[in-house]
Amino acid sequence: MSRFAMVIDTRRCVGCYDCVVACKTENGVPEGYSRDWITEEVHGAFPTLQMEIRSERCNHCDNPPCVSCCPTGASHVHEPGGVVLVTHDKCIGCKACLAACPYNARFIHPDGYADKCTFCIHRVERGLDPACVSVCPTHCMHFGDLDDPQSEVSQLLNSRPHHALLPEAGTKPCIFYLT
Amino acid sequence: MMNLSRRRFLKIAAGTMAAAGSLDASLHVLAGSGKPAARGTRTVPTFCNLCFWECGAIATVRDGKLWKIEGNPLDPLSRGRLCPRGTGGIGAHFDPDRLRSPLLRVSERGEEKWKAVTWDEALSFIAGNMQKIKAEYGPESFAAFIHGLGGKFFKQTLRAYGTENIAAPSFAQCRGPRDVGFTLTFGDGVGSPERTDIENAQCIVLIGSHIGENMHNTQVQEFAAAVGKGASIIVADPRFSVAASKAKFYLPVKPGTDLALLLAWMNVIVGEKLYDKEYVDKYGLGFEQFAAEIQPFTPEWAYPETGIDPDLIRATAREMARYRPATLIHPGRHSSWYGDDAQRSRAIALLNALMGSWGRKGGLYIPAGMEIPGYPVPPYPKSEKPPVDNPNNQYPFADEAISTGIREATLTGKPYPVKGWLVYATNLLYSLPNQAETIRAIQNLDLFVVVDTIPSEIACWADIVLPESIYLERYDELHSEPFRQPFIALRQPVVDAPADQKPNWWIAKTLAEKLGLGAYYPWKDIEEYLAARLKAAGYSFEDLKRDGILPGPQRPIYFEDGAPAVFDTPSKKIEFYSAQLQKAGFDPVPKYTPPEQPPQGSYRLLFGRAPTHSFSRTQTNPLLMDLQNENSVWVNAVEAQRLGLKSGDYVRLRNLDGQVSNRVLVKATERIRPDCVYITHGWGHTSRMLRSAFGRGASDSQLITRYKTDPLMGGTGMNVNFVTLETEV
Amino acid sequence: MNPLTELTLSRHNPLVDPTLHVWQWQIPIYLFLGGLVAGLMIIAGVRLIAIRPTQREALVCCTIGPLAGLVFLSLGMFVLFLDLSHKLYVWRLYTTFQITSPMSWGSWILLLVYPALAANALAHLPEAIPALAKRFPVLIAWSDFILSRTRLVVAIGIANVLVGIGLGIYTGILLGTLGARPLWNSALLGPLFLFSGLSTAAALLHGILVLTSSGEELPAFADFLLSSLTRLAQARPLDQKVAPVLAGADNSFLTIELGLLSLFLIGHLTSTAVHQQAATLLLSGPYAAVFWIFVISLGIVLPLILQTLELQNSIRHTLAPALLVIFGGIALRFILVYAGQQSHWFHALN
Repeated sequence: MSRFAMVIDTRRCVGCYDCVVACKTENGVPEGYSRDWITEEVHGAFPTLQMEIRSERCNHCDNPPCVSCCPTGASHVHEPGGVVLVTHDKCIGCKACLAACPYNARFIHPDGYADKCTFCIHRVERGLDPACVSVCPTHCMHFGDLDDPQSEVSQLLNSRPHHALLPEAGTKPCIFYLT
Repeated sequence: MMNLSRRRFLKIAAGTMAAAGSLDASLHVLAGSGKPAARGTRTVPTFCNLCFWECGAIATVRDGKLWKIEGNPLDPLSRGRLCPRGTGGIGAHFDPDRLRSPLLRVSERGEEKWKAVTWDEALSFIAGNMQKIKAEYGPESFAAFIHGLGGKFFKQTLRAYGTENIAAPSFAQCRGPRDVGFTLTFGDGVGSPERTDIENAQCIVLIGSHIGENMHNTQVQEFAAAVGKGASIIVADPRFSVAASKAKFYLPVKPGTDLALLLAWMNVIVGEKLYDKEYVDKYGLGFEQFAAEIQPFTPEWAYPETGIDPDLIRATAREMARYRPATLIHPGRHSSWYGDDAQRSRAIALLNALMGSWGRKGGLYIPAGMEIPGYPVPPYPKSEKPPVDNPNNQYPFADEAISTGIREATLTGKPYPVKGWLVYATNLLYSLPNQAETIRAIQNLDLFVVVDTIPSEIACWADIVLPESIYLERYDELHSEPFRQPFIALRQPVVDAPADQKPNWWIAKTLAEKLGLGAYYPWKDIEEYLAARLKAAGYSFEDLKRDGILPGPQRPIYFEDGAPAVFDTPSKKIEFYSAQLQKAGFDPVPKYTPPEQPPQGSYRLLFGRAPTHSFSRTQTNPLLMDLQNENSVWVNAVEAQRLGLKSGDYVRLRNLDGQVSNRVLVKATERIRPDCVYITHGWGHTSRMLRSAFGRGASDSQLITRYKTDPLMGGTGMNVNFVTLETEV
Repeated sequence: MNPLTELTLSRHNPLVDPTLHVWQWQIPIYLFLGGLVAGLMIIAGVRLIAIRPTQREALVCCTIGPLAGLVFLSLGMFVLFLDLSHKLYVWRLYTTFQITSPMSWGSWILLLVYPALAANALAHLPEAIPALAKRFPVLIAWSDFILSRTRLVVAIGIANVLVGIGLGIYTGILLGTLGARPLWNSALLGPLFLFSGLSTAAALLHGILVLTSSGEELPAFADFLLSSLTRLAQARPLDQKVAPVLAGADNSFLTIELGLLSLFLIGHLTSTAVHQQAATLLLSGPYAAVFWIFVISLGIVLPLILQTLELQNSIRHTLAPALLVIFGGIALRFILVYAGQQSHWFHALN
């Protein structure tokens, strides 16, 4: 079994959008759409401030509500890896999956089907990292198999405090942010 | 409904096209490369041109079309990863608003009415007028503003023609003050790429440098590595930048008072004997006089000026000293702020000297370069006249040409008239302060030539605009800058230029030939030139074409490893007390002058960088515009509420000289002081041919009507403008 | 850590940002029509089971009801089809059954609705549209066939009731299982939509009876509408006796609907912060005016009062309660669909 996940070090991330534009060129994401994005979260009042910067995308959840709501099975979990993908020619564009995702990670592609981050499965299957991970100039992004205790992602999660997004939504997301 | 005969339709269509072509070149349809698309993928190494870092890159073409661009793992600058501008660089090839053919002005300057002409017509026109200027006034009356590696051949042609009045705005408008301040102290400037050993620093002090938003690739990579290693970051910035969010200590310093803070830090470090005594004794000169001069500048003295608590000043000074010599007080890059910038940079240099970080690991290393012999050319003609930019050596410590000095001479005709300008790859209306002065200077010209890739604002004022191909479509001069390790990088074409654009070397060479200066270009084409230079240095052109980067011989970069501890100052030592400054009538040790205060109800206008764009040159790059398609004005949240503004509203900025900006998005945020506002540079375009950029965001350059000139080196401090916010009615 | 003061996302995907609005007018219209059809089916089915007619009668529930149901259902499904962004692949719904997907359930239930409605309609079609029966005598044969078999009639009735309940509840479950939208995240949404559908169906039938009752001057549009319909139908006058029954039933449905709405909101207000925020979207937020005025006051309370007065014979039966209930049902669907998409799990900022 393998479980692909991403671990992102928010201390190193500077929110430069390299991951966003690399995804765009690698995957031909249409103009006006993004599969990943930058979120800045600020706490406090000037000058006592803390800010967390995150590169966010589909969390390829272990309990993906976008898969259970799909009426045609277009939205499915791809194994090995547990990557959530959409089979374009099974998608009817009903948008239930967009409504089901608490992270608003999906969008409707101009060609009509639901689309989102694919963890660059076409690269992963060739032994490469996803485009966003490969491009990141601060080396804050890590990709790997959580089921492998020796993997970089497993070791990072074991050694550093981290959080995921909306754990209370029950989706079991697979992207972790080191703090 | 009339019957439109086919013949008549074609006639109308042709007439429309011709009319369109003569009126507005931007109506030309994007021409294909003319070759049938090849299937499969191929990669070509080159180096980026979205900014001046020039990272090694590898472009991938798929089925004949540019697909993506990634870092070249062999490149010490990019280390295999590009920044977002670099990654989005293929957008420059697909930019729908690019210049396509040479354009000749057919109405008054600035009215943006053009006729497309051939290269032969264009270059003949330019050569003819240049000869006229040479005959009537002398070749020195032709000046140039040239920025970047691609300008090398233009400089060659112009020097062959007989002028040395060539300036890059990067000196007086950008890093000049910093390099002069460091040269006065250590005998050498900071350089580009900066010699900052960020990744080995254990304490990094940033004065206004917003690394992470300012996206010089290696700097950001190293900064992230240092953060990852737990380096202690100290940030002094009126704005809570991304770098500030990584800092152990954030000092919300009042704008314009950084020098007071620096002096107070030095006061503490000297007073508490926290400096590297061995280093200072061995390499320094004038330390006792220096110590005496900074004695009054206590943290208590600095507090009312800077707004920074004296205890915090002490704590941060001690923190810096704790990690020396691996303490880097970052010299910054764009340092033309308040008119006392060379002295402020000298203070930063002195603070580094106290830490013993110059030439040491974790501080400022001694960059290693390599020798590649130049292609032999005949000697340039010697000029009788002095350069026009710094008459009577008014700015005695300027060691590069002062761009605004050339402009001044063009305006006044003193010390002699300047009647022709060539501008290469710099949007002068966005780089020089006070746009009106630039435009008035242009009106005094007989010939104004602009070479650019996009129809920038400065191109709108030209007599003739020459379209350059972008970096993915051309060869350029070899790139080799002193760095951690020496290297040579090659720029080579990945795809064809989509229309009638030409590379800089071809333009400069053909112009030279029309000026009768072909002797300076004895090679047939650039490949012959590059191959010859490489062969002379002992490198293979084929290897370089294949790998993109060839490393040079490694040299030590730290004193402790054997890098020579030499200081090219008059005393050959680190000058804590600068006799040469004193002799020239300036403060031998920096002194602080409080900045002018914003009038009631107005805010100081601060500007900076975003990681998604470069200057004013990427706002028609469709990939980068998809990331960010306008700038916003940062307003303190409490101030915004007081003004009845919230994020998402639009306002206009009005400066004290009545300039009113384009409407700009408000970002009401806790991340900035209440006494200033901040926008990123390069927006608010007014060039109508920049269709996708036109009218988006506000232009800081438009609002920078006032500037303070640095008396040491002629730099133009531009953070001295104040604005009010006007809500939309 | 200090309180959260700013949260900015760079994402600007169409239909998703700044707040989700993937489902627009098509979905509330479909939900309304689906609920309406469900109500019509249940009422018709109950009538069949209760009366067990053996011959054609002018019962609005059994004549007009199923026919209107077929028309509205087709309209609803067409509108649903319009919402799809990958229309050419709609047939994929029928190559699989995804047990966890209410939409998959719904697409198959909708296939059952047609036969149930059609069977019901056929039973009384010659009564509803005599002109058609005259042209196609086979319709009379079918109608006789059905009505002569009481067990078949009851079976059709039960089928309509069960499928109707399924149709009514599934529209609510469809939204209710989307936990990402806290406003929808309630098991009460299913019964709420069912009873809302029942109330709109009862109101519709009651309104038809009011329109077709002889006597007073009808408003011009109604007169025109009716005369063109009757020219087509040329039916016998409908049984007016059932009008009070429908009005009374409608009142029951409205009361239950009000109760379910209250429980729905109470459930949110006593749940987590995000659910409380979601509820306030309706109660005091941007949708408050539509909610309190069109859904509650004009859509439920006022018709309740009017119909009670009608039942007490204090006022005569008018079209007003029907129109109010129907419009209230549409309004309820609209604000739930729009407000629901706006509700989310991220912290609200002050």
